[in-house]
Amino acid sequence: MWSWSFTWSILPQILEAMKTTILATIVGFAFALVGGLVLALGRRAKNRAISLGTAGIVEFVRSTPLLVQLYFLFYGFPAIGISLSPFSAGVLGLGIHYSAYLSEVYRSGIDAVPRGQWEASKALNFSKGTMWRRIILPQAIRPVIPVLGNYLIVMFKETPVLSAITLVEMLLTAKMIGAESFRYLEAFTLVGILFLILSYGSSLLIRRLELKWSRS
Amino acid sequence: MMVSVDLLPLLFQGAAVTLQVTALSMVVAFVLSFAAGFARLSRIKSIRVASSVYVEVFRGTSLLVQLFWLFFALPLLGIELTALVAGVMALGLNYGAYGSEVVRSAILAIPKGQTEASIALNMSPWLRMRRVILPQALAIMLPSFGNLAIELLKGTSLISLITMADLTYQGMILRTFDSSRTFEIFGLILVMYFVMAYPLTLFMRWLERRFSAGRV
Repeated sequence: MWSWSFTWSILPQILEAMKTTILATIVGFAFALVGGLVLALGRRAKNRAISLGTAGIVEFVRSTPLLVQLYFLFYGFPAIGISLSPFSAGVLGLGIHYSAYLSEVYRSGIDAVPRGQWEASKALNFSKGTMWRRIILPQAIRPVIPVLGNYLIVMFKETPVLSAITLVEMLLTAKMIGAESFRYLEAFTLVGILFLILSYGSSLLIRRLELKWSRS
Repeated sequence: MMVSVDLLPLLFQGAAVTLQVTALSMVVAFVLSFAAGFARLSRIKSIRVASSVYVEVFRGTSLLVQLFWLFFALPLLGIELTALVAGVMALGLNYGAYGSEVVRSAILAIPKGQTEASIALNMSPWLRMRRVILPQALAIMLPSFGNLAIELLKGTSLISLITMADLTYQGMILRTFDSSRTFEIFGLILVMYFVMAYPLTLFMRWLERRFSAGRV
Protein backbone atom coordinates (compact mmCIF):
# COMPACT_ATOMS: atom_id res chain seq x y z
CA MET A 1 0.00 0.00 0.00
CA TRP A 2 2.67 2.46 1.11
CA SER A 3 4.93 3.70 -1.65
CA TRP A 4 8.26 5.12 -0.59
CA SER A 5 9.10 6.50 -4.01
CA PHE A 6 5.85 8.47 -3.98
CA THR A 7 6.57 9.69 -0.46
CA TRP A 8 9.98 11.01 -1.52
CA SER A 9 8.52 12.60 -4.64
CA ILE A 10 6.01 14.69 -2.69
CA LEU A 11 8.35 15.63 0.15
CA PRO A 12 9.78 18.77 -1.54
CA GLN A 13 6.29 20.09 -2.25
CA ILE A 14 5.23 19.63 1.38
CA LEU A 15 8.44 21.13 2.73
CA GLU A 16 7.83 24.13 0.49
CA ALA A 17 4.35 24.52 2.03
CA MET A 18 5.88 24.24 5.49
CA LYS A 19 7.32 27.72 4.92
CA THR A 20 3.78 29.11 4.80
CA THR A 21 2.83 27.15 7.92
CA ILE A 22 5.81 28.51 9.83
CA LEU A 23 5.41 32.05 8.55
CA ALA A 24 1.73 32.08 9.54
CA THR A 25 2.68 30.78 12.99
CA ILE A 26 5.33 33.45 13.53
CA VAL A 27 3.28 36.40 12.28
CA GLY A 28 0.19 35.20 14.15
CA PHE A 29 2.21 34.74 17.33
CA ALA A 30 3.74 38.23 17.07
CA PHE A 31 0.21 39.58 16.76
CA ALA A 32 -0.95 37.53 19.75
CA LEU A 33 2.01 38.68 21.88
CA VAL A 34 1.05 42.32 21.38
CA GLY A 35 -2.72 41.75 21.46
CA GLY A 36 -2.47 39.64 24.60
CA LEU A 37 -0.56 42.38 26.40
CA VAL A 38 -3.11 45.00 25.35
CA LEU A 39 -5.96 42.79 26.62
CA ALA A 40 -4.13 42.06 29.87
CA LEU A 41 -3.61 45.79 30.50
CA GLY A 42 -7.17 46.57 29.41
CA ARG A 43 -8.44 44.17 32.00
CA ARG A 44 -6.62 46.08 34.71
CA ALA A 45 -7.97 49.45 33.59
CA LYS A 46 -9.51 51.59 36.32
CA ASN A 47 -12.44 52.37 34.05
CA ARG A 48 -14.93 49.57 34.76
CA ALA A 49 -16.44 49.71 31.29
CA ILE A 50 -13.04 49.02 29.74
CA SER A 51 -12.06 46.28 32.17
CA LEU A 52 -15.43 44.49 31.97
CA GLY A 53 -15.52 44.90 28.19
CA THR A 54 -12.06 43.39 27.86
CA ALA A 55 -12.95 40.50 30.16
CA GLY A 56 -16.05 39.86 28.04
CA ILE A 57 -14.05 39.86 24.81
CA VAL A 58 -11.49 37.43 26.25
CA GLU A 59 -14.21 35.07 27.50
CA PHE A 60 -16.06 35.19 24.18
CA VAL A 61 -13.01 34.63 21.98
CA ARG A 62 -11.84 31.74 24.16
CA SER A 63 -15.23 30.06 24.13
CA THR A 64 -15.76 30.04 20.36
CA PRO A 65 -13.96 27.91 17.78
CA LEU A 66 -11.05 29.30 15.79
CA LEU A 67 -12.53 27.80 12.61
CA VAL A 68 -15.73 29.84 12.90
CA GLN A 69 -13.77 32.97 13.77
CA LEU A 70 -11.75 32.43 10.61
CA TYR A 71 -14.91 31.97 8.51
CA PHE A 72 -16.26 35.13 10.08
CA LEU A 73 -13.14 37.08 9.08
CA PHE A 74 -12.63 35.50 5.68
CA TYR A 75 -16.19 35.06 4.40
CA GLY A 76 -18.13 37.42 6.66
CA PHE A 77 -16.05 40.58 6.42
CA PRO A 78 -16.25 40.95 2.61
CA ALA A 79 -20.03 41.21 3.06
CA ILE A 80 -19.47 44.47 4.96
CA GLY A 81 -16.83 45.67 2.54
CA ILE A 82 -13.56 44.40 4.03
CA SER A 83 -11.81 41.75 1.95
CA LEU A 84 -8.86 39.89 3.41
CA SER A 85 -6.47 37.50 1.70
CA PRO A 86 -6.37 33.94 3.13
CA PHE A 87 -3.02 34.68 4.73
CA SER A 88 -4.04 37.94 6.40
CA ALA A 89 -7.40 36.55 7.55
CA GLY A 90 -5.63 33.46 8.88
CA VAL A 91 -2.93 35.36 10.69
CA LEU A 92 -5.43 37.84 12.07
CA GLY A 93 -7.72 35.03 13.27
CA LEU A 94 -4.87 33.14 14.92
CA GLY A 95 -3.59 36.37 16.44
CA ILE A 96 -6.95 37.37 17.92
CA HIS A 97 -7.74 33.87 19.17
CA TYR A 98 -4.43 33.45 20.95
CA SER A 99 -4.39 37.06 22.22
CA ALA A 100 -7.22 35.96 24.49
CA TYR A 101 -5.20 33.02 25.79
CA LEU A 102 -1.97 35.00 26.15
CA SER A 103 -3.72 37.79 28.06
CA GLU A 104 -4.36 35.27 30.84
CA VAL A 105 -0.70 34.29 30.79
CA TYR A 106 0.40 37.91 31.08
CA ARG A 107 -2.16 38.45 33.81
CA SER A 108 -0.75 35.63 35.92
CA GLY A 109 2.73 37.08 35.40
CA ILE A 110 1.67 40.59 36.41
CA ASP A 111 -0.20 39.29 39.46
CA ALA A 112 2.95 37.49 40.58
CA VAL A 113 5.04 40.69 40.77
CA PRO A 114 5.44 41.43 44.50
CA ARG A 115 3.52 44.40 45.91
CA GLY A 116 6.73 45.99 47.10
CA GLN A 117 7.79 46.55 43.50
CA TRP A 118 4.69 48.66 42.83
CA GLU A 119 5.12 50.57 46.05
CA ALA A 120 8.81 51.18 45.42
CA SER A 121 8.11 52.53 41.92
CA LYS A 122 5.56 54.89 43.40
CA ALA A 123 7.98 55.95 46.15
CA LEU A 124 10.63 56.67 43.52
CA ASN A 125 8.11 58.88 41.73
CA PHE A 126 8.21 56.91 38.46
CA SER A 127 5.60 57.83 35.92
CA LYS A 128 3.06 55.11 35.09
CA GLY A 129 4.72 54.41 31.75
CA THR A 130 8.18 54.08 33.25
CA MET A 131 6.88 51.87 36.03
CA TRP A 132 5.29 49.42 33.61
CA ARG A 133 8.12 49.47 31.12
CA ARG A 134 11.09 49.34 33.48
CA ILE A 135 9.83 47.66 36.63
CA ILE A 136 6.65 45.61 36.29
CA LEU A 137 6.67 44.12 32.81
CA PRO A 138 10.28 42.87 32.80
CA GLN A 139 9.58 40.98 36.03
CA ALA A 140 6.13 39.84 34.92
CA ILE A 141 7.16 38.48 31.54
CA ARG A 142 10.37 36.60 32.30
CA PRO A 143 8.76 33.87 34.45
CA VAL A 144 6.01 33.24 31.89
CA ILE A 145 8.30 32.88 28.87
CA PRO A 146 8.10 29.04 28.95
CA VAL A 147 4.30 29.24 28.98
CA LEU A 148 4.40 31.65 26.04
CA GLY A 149 6.69 29.17 24.28
CA ASN A 150 4.19 26.38 24.83
CA TYR A 151 1.47 28.52 23.29
CA LEU A 152 3.70 29.05 20.26
CA ILE A 153 3.71 25.27 19.80
CA VAL A 154 -0.04 25.02 20.37
CA MET A 155 -0.54 27.70 17.74
CA PHE A 156 1.75 25.93 15.31
CA LYS A 157 -0.40 22.81 15.64
CA GLU A 158 -3.50 24.91 15.06
CA THR A 159 -2.33 26.25 11.66
CA PRO A 160 -3.83 23.36 9.63
CA VAL A 161 -7.21 24.93 10.40
CA LEU A 162 -6.18 27.77 8.09
CA SER A 163 -6.48 25.31 5.20
CA ALA A 164 -10.26 25.72 5.59
CA ILE A 165 -10.00 29.31 4.38
CA THR A 166 -7.91 28.15 1.40
CA LEU A 167 -4.47 29.07 2.74
CA VAL A 168 -2.12 26.65 0.99
CA GLU A 169 -0.14 25.39 3.97
CA MET A 170 1.06 21.83 4.65
CA LEU A 171 -2.31 20.18 5.15
CA LEU A 172 -4.01 21.73 2.14
CA THR A 173 -0.98 20.86 -0.01
CA ALA A 174 -1.26 17.26 1.17
CA LYS A 175 -4.99 17.27 0.47
CA MET A 176 -4.45 18.53 -3.05
CA ILE A 177 -1.76 15.91 -3.66
CA GLY A 178 -4.20 13.31 -2.37
CA ALA A 179 -7.02 14.52 -4.57
CA GLU A 180 -4.77 14.39 -7.64
CA SER A 181 -3.22 10.98 -7.09
CA PHE A 182 -5.68 9.44 -4.66
CA ARG A 183 -2.73 8.73 -2.40
CA TYR A 184 -3.93 10.38 0.77
CA LEU A 185 -2.11 7.91 2.98
CA GLU A 186 1.45 9.02 2.20
CA ALA A 187 0.59 12.72 2.02
CA PHE A 188 -1.31 12.97 5.32
CA THR A 189 1.09 10.66 7.16
CA LEU A 190 4.00 12.79 6.02
CA VAL A 191 2.32 15.95 7.30
CA GLY A 192 1.61 14.26 10.62
CA ILE A 193 5.22 13.15 11.00
CA LEU A 194 6.53 16.63 10.16
CA PHE A 195 4.23 18.17 12.75
CA LEU A 196 5.32 15.61 15.31
CA ILE A 197 9.02 16.22 14.68
CA LEU A 198 8.72 19.99 14.84
CA SER A 199 6.38 20.28 17.81
CA TYR A 200 7.95 17.51 19.88
CA GLY A 201 11.40 18.87 19.09
CA SER A 202 10.50 22.38 20.13
CA SER A 203 8.73 21.21 23.29
CA LEU A 204 11.91 19.39 24.34
CA LEU A 205 13.85 22.58 23.60
CA ILE A 206 11.50 24.64 25.79
CA ARG A 207 11.75 22.11 28.61
CA ARG A 208 15.53 22.34 28.47
CA LEU A 209 15.50 26.15 28.44
CA GLU A 210 13.12 26.13 31.38
CA LEU A 211 15.48 23.91 33.40
CA LYS A 212 18.42 26.10 32.48
CA TRP A 213 16.66 29.29 33.58
CA SER A 214 15.30 27.87 36.78
CA ARG A 215 18.84 26.88 37.77
CA SER A 216 20.35 30.30 37.17
CA MET B 1 -29.94 40.51 13.57
CA MET B 2 -33.72 40.99 13.78
CA VAL B 3 -34.25 39.01 10.62
CA SER B 4 -32.13 36.03 11.64
CA VAL B 5 -35.09 33.91 12.76
CA ASP B 6 -35.30 32.10 9.42
CA LEU B 7 -31.75 30.83 9.93
CA LEU B 8 -32.45 29.28 13.29
CA PRO B 9 -34.05 25.91 12.42
CA LEU B 10 -31.04 24.73 10.43
CA LEU B 11 -28.61 26.15 12.96
CA PHE B 12 -30.39 24.40 15.83
CA GLN B 13 -30.18 21.15 13.89
CA GLY B 14 -26.46 21.72 13.52
CA ALA B 15 -26.07 22.60 17.19
CA ALA B 16 -27.75 19.30 18.12
CA VAL B 17 -25.13 17.41 16.09
CA THR B 18 -22.37 19.47 17.70
CA LEU B 19 -23.63 18.63 21.19
CA GLN B 20 -24.02 14.96 20.31
CA VAL B 21 -20.48 14.68 18.98
CA THR B 22 -19.18 16.64 21.97
CA ALA B 23 -20.88 14.25 24.41
CA LEU B 24 -19.68 11.10 22.62
CA SER B 25 -16.12 12.38 22.28
CA MET B 26 -16.07 13.44 25.92
CA VAL B 27 -16.88 9.89 26.99
CA VAL B 28 -14.12 8.46 24.77
CA ALA B 29 -11.63 11.12 25.89
CA PHE B 30 -12.49 10.64 29.56
CA VAL B 31 -12.00 6.87 29.44
CA LEU B 32 -8.75 7.23 27.47
CA SER B 33 -7.48 9.91 29.87
CA PHE B 34 -7.73 7.53 32.79
CA ALA B 35 -6.50 4.48 30.88
CA ALA B 36 -3.45 6.27 29.48
CA GLY B 37 -2.85 8.26 32.66
CA PHE B 38 -2.74 5.12 34.80
CA ALA B 39 -0.70 3.33 32.15
CA ARG B 40 1.93 6.10 32.39
CA LEU B 41 2.27 5.25 36.09
CA SER B 42 2.39 1.49 35.56
CA ARG B 43 5.17 -0.61 37.05
CA ILE B 44 5.60 -2.44 33.74
CA LYS B 45 7.93 -0.55 31.45
CA SER B 46 6.37 -1.59 28.13
CA ILE B 47 2.97 -0.27 29.24
CA ARG B 48 4.55 3.04 30.26
CA VAL B 49 6.35 3.34 26.93
CA ALA B 50 3.25 2.45 24.88
CA SER B 51 1.22 5.03 26.73
CA SER B 52 3.77 7.81 26.33
CA VAL B 53 4.10 7.05 22.62
CA TYR B 54 0.31 7.39 22.30
CA VAL B 55 0.30 10.65 24.25
CA GLU B 56 3.21 12.24 22.38
CA VAL B 57 1.91 11.23 18.94
CA PHE B 58 -1.57 12.60 19.55
CA ARG B 59 -0.38 15.75 21.28
CA GLY B 60 2.38 16.35 18.76
CA THR B 61 0.35 16.12 15.57
CA SER B 62 -2.47 18.48 14.95
CA LEU B 63 -6.12 17.50 15.58
CA LEU B 64 -7.17 18.37 12.05
CA VAL B 65 -4.33 16.27 10.61
CA GLN B 66 -5.50 13.33 12.75
CA LEU B 67 -9.06 13.85 11.62
CA PHE B 68 -8.11 13.90 7.95
CA TRP B 69 -5.84 10.93 8.45
CA LEU B 70 -8.60 8.83 9.97
CA PHE B 71 -11.16 9.91 7.41
CA PHE B 72 -9.18 10.10 4.16
CA ALA B 73 -6.04 8.02 4.65
CA LEU B 74 -7.27 5.08 6.71
CA PRO B 75 -9.68 3.80 4.01
CA LEU B 76 -6.60 3.21 1.83
CA LEU B 77 -5.43 0.72 4.46
CA GLY B 78 -8.79 -1.00 4.14
CA ILE B 79 -10.47 0.55 7.20
CA GLU B 80 -13.44 2.66 6.26
CA LEU B 81 -14.93 4.87 8.99
CA THR B 82 -18.06 6.98 8.81
CA ALA B 83 -17.60 10.69 9.41
CA LEU B 84 -19.19 10.37 12.84
CA VAL B 85 -16.90 7.52 13.94
CA ALA B 86 -13.81 9.22 12.52
CA GLY B 87 -14.77 12.49 14.22
CA VAL B 88 -15.48 10.97 17.61
CA MET B 89 -12.34 8.85 17.42
CA ALA B 90 -10.06 11.74 16.46
CA LEU B 91 -11.51 14.05 19.12
CA GLY B 92 -11.50 11.31 21.75
CA LEU B 93 -7.94 10.20 21.02
CA ASN B 94 -6.62 13.75 20.83
CA TYR B 95 -8.23 15.10 24.00
CA GLY B 96 -7.67 11.75 25.73
CA ALA B 97 -3.94 12.30 25.22
CA TYR B 98 -4.13 15.75 26.81
CA GLY B 99 -6.39 14.42 29.56
CA SER B 100 -4.00 11.60 30.44
CA GLU B 101 -1.40 14.19 31.42
CA VAL B 102 -3.95 15.80 33.71
CA VAL B 103 -4.71 12.44 35.36
CA ARG B 104 -1.05 11.54 35.70
CA SER B 105 0.05 14.83 37.20
CA ALA B 106 -2.92 14.93 39.60
CA ILE B 107 -2.16 11.46 40.95
CA LEU B 108 1.52 12.32 41.30
CA ALA B 109 0.56 15.47 43.20
CA ILE B 110 -1.01 13.50 46.05
CA PRO B 111 1.46 13.47 48.96
CA LYS B 112 3.35 10.23 49.51
CA GLY B 113 2.14 10.12 53.13
CA GLN B 114 -1.37 9.32 51.89
CA THR B 115 -0.13 6.20 50.14
CA GLU B 116 1.99 5.20 53.10
CA ALA B 117 -0.86 5.71 55.54
CA SER B 118 -3.17 3.57 53.38
CA ILE B 119 -0.57 0.82 53.29
CA ALA B 120 -0.19 1.06 57.06
CA LEU B 121 -3.98 0.69 57.35
CA ASN B 122 -3.67 -2.51 55.33
CA MET B 123 -5.75 -1.27 52.40
CA SER B 124 -5.49 -3.20 49.14
CA PRO B 125 -4.00 -1.21 46.23
CA TRP B 126 -7.45 -0.99 44.61
CA LEU B 127 -9.11 0.27 47.77
CA ARG B 128 -6.27 2.71 48.34
CA MET B 129 -6.68 4.17 44.86
CA ARG B 130 -10.47 4.29 45.05
CA ARG B 131 -10.96 5.65 48.56
CA VAL B 132 -7.83 7.68 49.26
CA ILE B 133 -5.88 8.75 46.18
CA LEU B 134 -8.56 9.29 43.53
CA PRO B 135 -10.99 11.42 45.56
CA GLN B 136 -8.17 13.84 46.28
CA ALA B 137 -6.76 13.67 42.77
CA LEU B 138 -10.16 14.34 41.17
CA ALA B 139 -10.40 17.71 42.89
CA ILE B 140 -7.03 18.63 41.37
CA MET B 141 -8.08 17.37 37.93
CA LEU B 142 -11.36 19.27 37.69
CA PRO B 143 -10.19 22.72 36.54
CA SER B 144 -8.00 21.22 33.80
CA PHE B 145 -10.74 18.83 32.72
CA GLY B 146 -13.12 21.79 32.55
CA ASN B 147 -10.78 23.64 30.21
CA LEU B 148 -10.32 20.54 28.08
CA ALA B 149 -14.10 20.07 27.84
CA ILE B 150 -14.45 23.57 26.40
CA GLU B 151 -11.54 22.98 24.03
CA LEU B 152 -13.24 19.77 22.92
CA LEU B 153 -16.54 21.52 22.25
CA LYS B 154 -14.67 24.07 20.14
CA GLY B 155 -12.70 21.29 18.46
CA THR B 156 -15.88 19.66 17.18
CA SER B 157 -16.20 22.50 14.66
CA LEU B 158 -13.45 20.76 12.67
CA ILE B 159 -15.69 17.78 11.88
CA SER B 160 -17.55 20.08 9.48
CA LEU B 161 -14.49 19.64 7.27
CA ILE B 162 -15.11 15.89 7.01
CA THR B 163 -18.73 16.41 5.94
CA MET B 164 -20.44 16.13 9.34
CA ALA B 165 -23.49 18.43 9.42
CA ASP B 166 -22.63 20.23 12.66
CA LEU B 167 -23.26 23.88 13.52
CA THR B 168 -20.30 25.17 11.51
CA TYR B 169 -21.27 23.06 8.50
CA GLN B 170 -24.80 24.43 8.52
CA GLY B 171 -23.32 27.91 8.44
CA MET B 172 -21.39 27.08 5.29
CA ILE B 173 -24.58 25.63 3.74
CA LEU B 174 -26.68 28.69 4.65
CA ARG B 175 -23.99 30.90 3.17
CA THR B 176 -24.41 29.32 -0.24
CA PHE B 177 -28.07 30.47 -0.35
CA ASP B 178 -27.28 34.11 0.25
CA SER B 179 -23.65 35.05 0.64
CA SER B 180 -24.53 38.66 1.47
CA ARG B 181 -25.73 37.40 4.87
CA THR B 182 -22.46 35.64 5.70
CA PHE B 183 -21.54 38.21 8.34
CA GLU B 184 -24.84 37.67 10.11
CA ILE B 185 -24.70 33.87 9.78
CA PHE B 186 -21.25 33.43 11.27
CA GLY B 187 -21.87 36.11 13.88
CA LEU B 188 -24.90 34.12 15.00
CA ILE B 189 -22.94 30.87 15.01
CA LEU B 190 -20.21 32.42 17.18
CA VAL B 191 -22.88 33.49 19.66
CA MET B 192 -24.40 29.98 19.61
CA TYR B 193 -21.03 28.37 20.37
CA PHE B 194 -20.57 30.82 23.21
CA VAL B 195 -24.02 29.99 24.56
CA MET B 196 -23.08 26.28 24.54
CA ALA B 197 -19.62 26.77 26.05
CA TYR B 198 -20.48 29.26 28.77
CA PRO B 199 -22.80 27.01 30.80
CA LEU B 200 -20.00 24.46 30.68
CA THR B 201 -17.66 27.07 32.17
CA LEU B 202 -20.19 27.91 34.89
CA PHE B 203 -20.90 24.23 35.60
CA MET B 204 -17.21 23.50 35.97
CA ARG B 205 -16.77 26.44 38.35
CA TRP B 206 -19.67 25.12 40.41
CA LEU B 207 -18.21 21.60 40.45
CA GLU B 208 -14.85 22.98 41.53
CA ARG B 209 -16.47 24.79 44.43
CA ARG B 210 -18.39 21.64 45.44
CA PHE B 211 -15.28 19.50 45.33
CA SER B 212 -13.10 21.96 47.18
CA ALA B 213 -15.70 22.50 49.92
CA GLY B 214 -14.37 21.19 53.21
CA ARG B 215 -10.86 20.76 51.80
CA VAL B 216 -8.05 23.15 52.41
